[in-house]
Amino acid sequence: MDSRTYIGRVRGLGSAKHGGEHWLKQRLTAIGNILLTTWLVVSLLLMPNFDQATLAQWLAQPTVAVPMILMIVIIFSHVRLGLQVLIEDYVHDEGLKFGAMALLNFYVVASAVFGIFVVAKLAFTGASA
Amino acid sequence: MKDAEIMAKNPNRPLSPHLQVYRWSPQMITLLWWLSAIGGGAESYATFQKYVVSAGESATGFETAINWFFRLLGLAVTFSFFQHLASGIRHLVLDIGAGYELKANRTWASAAFIAAFFATAFVVLFVAPRFLGV
Repeated sequence: MDSRTYIGRVRGLGSAKHGGEHWLKQRLTAIGNILLTTWLVVSLLLMPNFDQATLAQWLAQPTVAVPMILMIVIIFSHVRLGLQVLIEDYVHDEGLKFGAMALLNFYVVASAVFGIFVVAKLAFTGASA
Repeated sequence: MKDAEIMAKNPNRPLSPHLQVYRWSPQMITLLWWLSAIGGGAESYATFQKYVVSAGESATGFETAINWFFRLLGLAVTFSFFQHLASGIRHLVLDIGAGYELKANRTWASAAFIAAFFATAFVVLFVAPRFLGV
């Protein structure tokens, strides 16, 4: 049996090399979100009107579709990172934690793919519909 | 008391105050609904508008109630977006090691809320007369 404290057991072993990764990713996606959501809000405020045709033509442009797809990817990565910490902090039952984590991953991946598909469809097939 | 004993005493203790992030979900669902309504064509966008924006002149009482429900939801989502943005920027500043003095910390925490309030008010004042006729 090891009677040392937790800190005593790990002290001197060096870092596990990926301790800061999650933290850093959350900050990097946050910075990306600041830029991209600011772009979205400003674009929406500058929109002449909110007819479907106007919006569809706007979204179909490469200069709009690309940042929109980037925004969807980065937002859902940020959602996953943030809610992952929430689950780790508040759900202590191992089974529930596994289930919640699985649902979270399904939700963010499905949502992001759906959003990307919508934008890509408009961008590739034109905004005539 | 050893760590293990403290943990055994209250295994459900929260490890950090982090409940705010639930707000991302309704916001993102609204974003995806809006995008897919645009992608779906004029008809699907009309459906989206009928529920979320306005059911028009001939709206029944129920449709008007749904419109107001979504308008209030939109207001809440807009505020929580700006609050998350302002608060997030504040935490990015804290991450570089600045602003931990009690007074500065409190000032910026309040400033984040006030900024979110004014940003929301700006969007509401912009949106309401232009698109809702309110």
